[in-house]
Amino acid sequence: MRRRTRGATLMEDLAALIDALVYTRSRNEKLRLIAQYLRAAPDPDRGWALAALTDGLDFPAVKSSTIRALMQERIDPVLWTLSRDFVGDTAETASLLWPAPENAPSPPTVTEAVALLAAMTRKSVQTELPRLLDRLDASGRYALLKLATGAMRVGISSRLAKTAFAQAFSVEVEAVEEYWHGLAPPYAELFAWAAGGAEPPDIRSLPTFRPFMLAHPLEETVVDMADYAAEWKWDGIRVQLVRAGGETRIYSRSGDDISASFPELLDVLPFAAVLDGELLVRGAHQGGEEGGAASFNALQQRLGRKAVSKTMLADYPAFVRLYDVLLLEDEDLREMAWTARRARLEALMARLPGSHFDLSQVVEAASFEDLAAIRERTRDDAIEGLMLKRRDSPYVAGRRTGLWYKWKRDPLLVDCVLMYAQRGSGKRSSFYSDYTFGCWDGDPDAGAELLPVGKAYSGFTDEELKRIDRHVRTHTVNRFGPVRETDRSLVFEVAFDSVHESKRHKSGLALRFPRIHRIRWDKPVHEADRIEALRALVRD
Amino acid sequence: MAAPFSWIRPEPHGIHVVPADCWIDPSRPADRALVTHGHADHARGGHGQTVATPETLAIMKLRYATSDGAVPVAYGETIRLQGGVDATYVPAGHVLGSAQILLEHAGERVVVTGDYKRRPDPTCPPFQVVPCDIFITEATFGLPLFTHPPIETEMAKLMERLAAHPDRCVLVGAYALGKAQRVIAELRRAGHHLPIYLHGAMEKMCRLYEEHGVDLGELRLVSDAKKDEIRGHVVVCPPSALNDRWSRRLPDPITAMASGWMRVRQRARQRNVELPLVISDHADWHELTRTIREVDAAENWITHGREDALLRWCQLHQRRARALALVGYEDEDD
Repeated sequence: MRRRTRGATLMEDLAALIDALVYTRSRNEKLRLIAQYLRAAPDPDRGWALAALTDGLDFPAVKSSTIRALMQERIDPVLWTLSRDFVGDTAETASLLWPAPENAPSPPTVTEAVALLAAMTRKSVQTELPRLLDRLDASGRYALLKLATGAMRVGISSRLAKTAFAQAFSVEVEAVEEYWHGLAPPYAELFAWAAGGAEPPDIRSLPTFRPFMLAHPLEETVVDMADYAAEWKWDGIRVQLVRAGGETRIYSRSGDDISASFPELLDVLPFAAVLDGELLVRGAHQGGEEGGAASFNALQQRLGRKAVSKTMLADYPAFVRLYDVLLLEDEDLREMAWTARRARLEALMARLPGSHFDLSQVVEAASFEDLAAIRERTRDDAIEGLMLKRRDSPYVAGRRTGLWYKWKRDPLLVDCVLMYAQRGSGKRSSFYSDYTFGCWDGDPDAGAELLPVGKAYSGFTDEELKRIDRHVRTHTVNRFGPVRETDRSLVFEVAFDSVHESKRHKSGLALRFPRIHRIRWDKPVHEADRIEALRALVRD
Repeated sequence: MAAPFSWIRPEPHGIHVVPADCWIDPSRPADRALVTHGHADHARGGHGQTVATPETLAIMKLRYATSDGAVPVAYGETIRLQGGVDATYVPAGHVLGSAQILLEHAGERVVVTGDYKRRPDPTCPPFQVVPCDIFITEATFGLPLFTHPPIETEMAKLMERLAAHPDRCVLVGAYALGKAQRVIAELRRAGHHLPIYLHGAMEKMCRLYEEHGVDLGELRLVSDAKKDEIRGHVVVCPPSALNDRWSRRLPDPITAMASGWMRVRQRARQRNVELPLVISDHADWHELTRTIREVDAAENWITHGREDALLRWCQLHQRRARALALVGYEDEDD
């Protein structure tokens, strides 16, 4: 990577960063590379770069089809297609095939490149984009075309970019999150605050994300129910609903804006607020009780969709089960005790439409033992366990010890047989660390076969990993690239949260959150469980 | 008189020189084989007679532990085969001992390139253009996107990364025959004089190169070294060892790979490569098309690789061409 002592302002410096990110697997190294760039580059170049890395830029005149059309004027269409098919990426193919002029004019700065791209129209792009490409080398062209078409794919999430920003300027990532959504590229106020020591940006009238309060696992802790309140832990996705300046947005736990996937929730909050809750899908269509929540499987139909059809909206209607209120109209409630916030939330319910909101009920228990007994009896599939919240806890970002606990339901267990192992990545790249396992489709002593039911890559120690890796290498019967098929001689006790019907596996079943619970070196494989035992646990 | 060029026939398992009853780079055992170079997909064992350069024969002896039936032909030398066919071995610039084979019969000239490149390589003599009627060329990197950068820039990348991480090592995956020795020789040419550490599978081939006058400087085996002494050094291994258990013994290696395929980002990512080095012993697109122009044969036959694109180029440039479907050639690691 090229290093400059002063100011990484050129498009080629950003290109060098993007290339380095493409080839780096380590998260820490990615953070270091981005932070280093953000410190070295001047404003507003680094703001545009940050926007590019978080897919925050859009240039309507530059599309993949534009690039294709430009290329086909410059290279034989057959040769273009053969090359594109080999590379598998239009921007990269174009960057490699672009006929560079003999004497390249001076390369643009990031700011100049962004300004030129933004000024392009459907018509002018035909002459302006080639001029810009002529000023860059192959890496620079790749970076420019990726930035222009808005699909960086360098393996970094927006959360990672924000973490890198926080590291670069020694500020809290929670604060970055909080200001981020209110600002537009090139984030001048964000840099002025973090790098320049200016006042933080004013975001009160903007629908921005506030970092979530999170819980620790309870494990062996016993709490006094006089100090803690219990709620169900619902098996949906945790969301934050924000309304400010007349606009509602929905954020996922990672702070990603998922508003587009849930349009029915965008005009049902009638006042400014920041609410914390669980996004669920009504369970009625699956034969559950009216008003109940369906399993996570149903919710999954709605996740990650950019456009939502009417059928989707009708079949899988979403609602939010509210846990907490952070901001209400002009008031910030986060410093208040949980009991006070809870009272405000309960009072608030009357102002919210029951069609799209309900309240997460408090689970009444006289004592901890009483609560443990309630937890034991629960087998509702929409419930993942219990939450314990200290009654006097303020709403603080992140995981603060002693305030909130999650007490998950005991996992279900099944004995499976290891079938395939795949090499891991990063630190585990030389180990077979991802395992596919199966159950018997009948009596193993009467010729039954193993059918895959799931895949897991966690739940074992480094020492155990080494031993399983050795087992895989010495019990291989087939190789398919990075995957080895084993002779089916090892039993895993697999823990999982629930099991669902699935068309993806031949067994017709899929486990949720499967992880290796114990390695049963001792157990003969014919004693592993059968598919029908697992099927009996399906609760869809 | 027979029809023009009926004496040479491309078959799935190699090119058959009919009157001499011999095969060029056959992918299965033949009574008589003409071998262009020592890579395993061209130089298989088990032939009755093997006609090749002395260097290629030495490589094959190392591989197959036998030199039975070896018939050496030096560069520039012509050997008379049966049926009135003359074969001349001409440098191909691919690896040590690599040759193009010029076949002459009944006043007709055919050149089979085997694998070749046009860039200078300190480990073997350069490719020579041989005029002919039929030019049978490889096309491993036969797509216009393949432009191999100057090797100096790739060496600079490697040495810059090494200098930036004195506590780590750079592990270079390189094909054990040719690429590994070229990378080492180029590192030496670029002024890198520290010991270079080798995977055990590399040792014998490096020694063979040295015996043939290629200076590789000080080489050490990883298996003889302590982890700490490897810090700040270059280690060379076969590509298959890059992500293997073997690499666990190295001090936090930066994974590099020397291959023409590294020009494409996803190819490097698929192999977990952090430092892609675009170094190839094959002709890139410009070298392929330039060579076809310079040889200026009446007809071009295109073999193993991306025949389609080169065939298309020949059409666009009014050159007669056909694609041969030969089996058994591999190109994944180059």
